[in-house]
Amino acid sequence: MDITKLTVHELQEKLEKKELTVTQIVQAYANRIEEKEEKVQAFLSINTEEALEEAKKIEEEGRSTSLAGIPIGIKDNICTKGEKTTCASKMLENFISPYDATVIENLKKEKLISLGKLNMDEFAMGGSTENSAFQITKNPWNLHTVPGGSSGGSAAAVAADMVPWALGSDTGGSIREPAAFCGVVGLKPTYGLVSRYGLVAFASSLDQIGPITKDVTDSAILLNLLAGHDEKDSTSAEVEKKDYTKALKQDVKGMKIGVPKEFFGEGINTEVKEKLEEAIEIYKNLGAEIEEFSLDIAKYSLAAYYIIACAEASSNLGRFDGIRYGYRTKNYTDLEELFKNSRSEGFGPEVKRRIILGTYVLSSGYYDAYYKKAQKVRTYVKNEFNKAFEKYDVILTPTSPTVAFAINSKCNNPLEMYLADICTVSINIAGLPAISIPCGVDSNQMPVGMQLIGKPFAEETILQTAYTFEQTIKFRETYSPKFKE
Amino acid sequence: MDVKVSKEEILHIANLASLNIKEEEIEQYRENLQEILQFAEVVNQVDVETLQETIGEENKCNVMRKDEIHEFENKEQIMANAPEKEQNMFKVPKVVG
Repeated sequence: MDITKLTVHELQEKLEKKELTVTQIVQAYANRIEEKEEKVQAFLSINTEEALEEAKKIEEEGRSTSLAGIPIGIKDNICTKGEKTTCASKMLENFISPYDATVIENLKKEKLISLGKLNMDEFAMGGSTENSAFQITKNPWNLHTVPGGSSGGSAAAVAADMVPWALGSDTGGSIREPAAFCGVVGLKPTYGLVSRYGLVAFASSLDQIGPITKDVTDSAILLNLLAGHDEKDSTSAEVEKKDYTKALKQDVKGMKIGVPKEFFGEGINTEVKEKLEEAIEIYKNLGAEIEEFSLDIAKYSLAAYYIIACAEASSNLGRFDGIRYGYRTKNYTDLEELFKNSRSEGFGPEVKRRIILGTYVLSSGYYDAYYKKAQKVRTYVKNEFNKAFEKYDVILTPTSPTVAFAINSKCNNPLEMYLADICTVSINIAGLPAISIPCGVDSNQMPVGMQLIGKPFAEETILQTAYTFEQTIKFRETYSPKFKE
Repeated sequence: MDVKVSKEEILHIANLASLNIKEEEIEQYRENLQEILQFAEVVNQVDVETLQETIGEENKCNVMRKDEIHEFENKEQIMANAPEKEQNMFKVPKVVG
């Protein structure tokens, strides 16, 4: 038995039946990281030694929860007490979190074991993980391609079986796009379902933490641990605790699925489109009611997204001034120079580009034309989704217009990189939940992702829709990453 | 409408954002910003005159908690992250002459 190939619910079963011990599981992952990390480069810090000690402790004390001893990987923008949280930035290269994020507290209560912190685009700004200040993570399906981003380390580590599941964060697609590129499952919860306390802020009205997993069942299990009101995050919603695994029913009969034709038009790769059309046929055969409709929001959402996200980022990143924490320049004579030089030396080019764009759209003379307008477009996008959800339970689109692209192929053209987010950003703009699941591979054996979008707080509906499809096509049984060199 | 961003504007914005831009980087930032803003013009194709702005998310509004003081138990680590400190205080260059 190859332990690292198992899903978390399979590991749980084996632990309960005493076919495996916590130490065996953690050791198997430590070995796998040793074997694959050199090629994939998904980790910014590796905790396997501490993890093995913790495993021993859990065994001595006895497993007190059903997930006790299950390992996990954490995106490096989520604070873990006493450990580095770098956001893949030189700015936070030596920053040690003084506290745990609420989601980390939740995982610790369940006695999960962290295997380490995972690479990302600097401050979560990017769609390829190439903007990391430290290393370029490779896609386990083809090491010459990107894993997607910004949670590229999380998705690549799950795909490469170096962690059984991981936490990511999603501001405009940063969980779903890497999940699609790496052939795994990524869920972006409804805005407010999961506490953002301890998540380093990029765009506070859009950011959400969510699970990246091998299958839909694990996604529901991890969401159970993450969801819930937190008084430390005033935007976290007061919704009742649910058991999302109860939604895992293999049934889409009579489910109304809307397919927006604009998400299948210009710019969408032909093979991606073909795979999605096959998926739609599968849903039809399973008894879902599929209808094509018009939802012309993608390009407006993308423009509004980059205005709003950059505006919020320029404000959020104002805190990095070289005084209380983070990088401080050696080269200054007064306070102004200290600020400017610390920020200029500490931030990478994409972060600076977004701060400049954000500062521009908020500056006097441009605020009304850009920021205010974008906030109105946001209302428009929400209204359009509301109208669609009067008719449909779920909206189905590609997660990304293409499969994983080659490393270095889009680095010199920021706008082209931004256009890769065309299918995902509108969901954040409207605060909706969405899941990406693999729906096949293209002719180069690269995974294609399908996105299922739900009404606010209707995670159960998209989980059920995704689960039914997954049980039908059995992607994981058919395809696996080959680490193509 | 053609969006034009000047070199002076880039320098002004960078100054507002407390960033230095090297002479050789100005043109690249100017072009990038101009191109992105040109793309962003698409928002003008939507008729939003009658719509309110969405400020944050309003699914659940005004989630309140009691305004209580909690002692933070790990002050040492906060100070340990400071690039320069003296007697448990953050050290900055002289501000007042």
